[in-house]
Amino acid sequence: MSRIEPRNILLFGFVALLFISTGFFQSWNTALAIFNMGLVSAIMALGVNMQWGYAGLFNVGIVGFTAVGGLAAVLVSMPPVPDAWAAGGPRMMVAMLAGAGTIAAAIFVWTRAPRGLIRTAALLGVLIAGYVIYRALFDPARDAIEGVNPALTGYLGGLGLPVVLAWPVGGLFAAGAAWLVGKTALGLRSDYLAIATLGIAEILIAIMKNEDWLGRGVKNVTGLPRPVPYEVDLQNSSWFNNLADSLGADVVTFSSIFVKLSYAALFIVVLLGLIWLSQMALHSPWGRMMRAIRDNEVSSAAMGKNITARHLQVFVLGSAVVGLAGAMMTTLDGQLVPSSYNPLRFTFLIWVMVIVGGSGNNWGAVLGGFLIWWLWIQVEPIGLGLMQFVTAGMDPESPLRERLIDSAAHMRLLTMGVFLLLMLRFSPRGLIPEK
Amino acid sequence: MDLLNAIVVLANFVIVPATAYGAQLALGALGVTLIYGILRFSNFAHGDTMAFGAMVTILGTWGLQSLGVSLGPLPTALLALPLGIAVTALLLIGTDRLVYRFYRQQKAKPVIYVIASLGVMFIMNGLVRFIIGVDDQRFADGERFIISARNFRTLTGLEEGLAIRTSQGITVVTAIIVVVALFWFLGRTRTGKSMRAFSDNEDLALLSGINPERVVLITWIIVAALATTAGVLYGLDKSFKPFTYFQLLLPIFASAIVGGLGNPIGAIAGGFLIAFSEITVTYAFRRVAGHILPESWQPEGLMQLLSTDYKFAVSFGILLIVLLFKPTGLFKGKSV
Repeated sequence: MSRIEPRNILLFGFVALLFISTGFFQSWNTALAIFNMGLVSAIMALGVNMQWGYAGLFNVGIVGFTAVGGLAAVLVSMPPVPDAWAAGGPRMMVAMLAGAGTIAAAIFVWTRAPRGLIRTAALLGVLIAGYVIYRALFDPARDAIEGVNPALTGYLGGLGLPVVLAWPVGGLFAAGAAWLVGKTALGLRSDYLAIATLGIAEILIAIMKNEDWLGRGVKNVTGLPRPVPYEVDLQNSSWFNNLADSLGADVVTFSSIFVKLSYAALFIVVLLGLIWLSQMALHSPWGRMMRAIRDNEVSSAAMGKNITARHLQVFVLGSAVVGLAGAMMTTLDGQLVPSSYNPLRFTFLIWVMVIVGGSGNNWGAVLGGFLIWWLWIQVEPIGLGLMQFVTAGMDPESPLRERLIDSAAHMRLLTMGVFLLLMLRFSPRGLIPEK
Repeated sequence: MDLLNAIVVLANFVIVPATAYGAQLALGALGVTLIYGILRFSNFAHGDTMAFGAMVTILGTWGLQSLGVSLGPLPTALLALPLGIAVTALLLIGTDRLVYRFYRQQKAKPVIYVIASLGVMFIMNGLVRFIIGVDDQRFADGERFIISARNFRTLTGLEEGLAIRTSQGITVVTAIIVVVALFWFLGRTRTGKSMRAFSDNEDLALLSGINPERVVLITWIIVAALATTAGVLYGLDKSFKPFTYFQLLLPIFASAIVGGLGNPIGAIAGGFLIAFSEITVTYAFRRVAGHILPESWQPEGLMQLLSTDYKFAVSFGILLIVLLFKPTGLFKGKSV
């Protein structure tokens, strides 16, 4: 571990103060809710920092990787729907295998067959035949599954395993998507990766919105199992009542705070584990190699480093961390709402966190995660207050006043954009710069 | 007779909409490709620039409408377009002065510009939401159709109708005028030639006395004109909703890359390629097949390759194929 600088302790102290003052002035429930999402944001920022800070890779598909992590939470933790499995489960699996087989066969033809017209014709033949077979299997299976009690289920359900297992699975899902993008777009110019990630994110979210058999689409999945106890159970148990009494707290409020604290404890364990791993990686020979590649690709290539392979590796790792955080976030929410995955909220906000916090520095990314998330939540009430102050002298019925107060909600985007630009211009190394 | 009907259905649902959409994408992609050629970065704020320009034009249109000004059968928005272009140009020049010029002087890496353009995108998006809100706005007025489906049917006696909306006609005509003017400017005028020289080889252009700041200034003005026009045409054709403009970013980038970044002809070709593929792949061909195939061969399904919800997947798929097999695009583009 590196030496801890007093400045950094001050910065973290300042952010802690923000949360504590939220607790005193608003409520501890609110403060903890912001803190828990801050933890998730910090993990996402860590993941993005691996890609940008260690390797200089520009990923604008964070929202997509977050969303597949959320899907993993559903697929792992929700109980299976036996009727739906009986109706079309095996057929759906065969359809998926047929789809994968078609792609594998196409790649096989392309790489093994001799160049020329015959290869192109064979490739097209494989793709068309594969597509027809896939649709013939897939369509009836989908209709059968979605037809089973559509108001309540209408999907295959999950595996019914503990939800904590979904976190690494979410990481794996995101890693798979990242590998696909990285394999195509890395090694080309830097903007191409950005555009390709933008695309994969849109597609992943479109899949989650439309494939009802997989995750119920826009009908949402609610009531995900929790890794922590339910408030009601706590309120009915005698030990908890005794604990609340001895602390002199209201049982209902305390139960909700207790649940939030349990989540926070779980998340802190994950965050600390990840920070430890990333610090080890950053200071290992591997980390030095990554930074060497980032700072001078040509000389690193001359030293015999395979730049594209290293980039692919770190891109997949970073995306996996984002996927992990996505699964954690869905667990925290207790529901999967595909329409809530807005690129402005996820992708670009996480970028502001990394740039403001300090790219290339893990602690910086974590600090940025907490600070920006707190601001994102609080800018809205602050903006509203500001607008009310500005318009206080106006006629309460005036349309301009109503307009200004209504639009205070959009102040967040403006503020975040200004933050990003100011940091990038005047302090491009961030609040906690890389050494 | 059946074949004719099939062609009419195809024209009505695929060819006409795809031509209009392709023209809109081409104008958007031209803006992206010009910025790439001169300033050498991918501008992520382009979608929101289009939204901003369209918004100013809409506000102008409302102003004109309240004054009772109209263009008769044509939409009033065309009158307000110059206003939109002028305000957008001022905004873009302002952002260049405040944001991008600093990085130009620093000779920053392209990816830094891209991140800065993200910040600009955030601000423009916030501005648009702040001023006009997030809802759908319809601002098309005047005659709705050049030919309506019913008129077409009575005119030709065919079973199927073909409708061409005014907005579609205007889109194509405007796009042709803009593209001709742009190519004339780039190819024939002294300023246009200096822009091309700057794009080809910056150092050589500087040596021969071209003023880079002037080239950049004119680029932003042209980009403002292209983006506003594209945004207004798209809004007239569909409707104006800030978030859809953000989502247009992907097909626009795909068009510019498919054609070869930095190459204007490529951007136009790419726009039409993406538009036609997107609409063809997501169109249900059942009615076309219904006219061509004999009774017993009628398909049961919709004959739709991909549901319309996945139209982004088409741009993305084409993008991946191009990146895998021809990273510089179909026409020769730059690869910095």
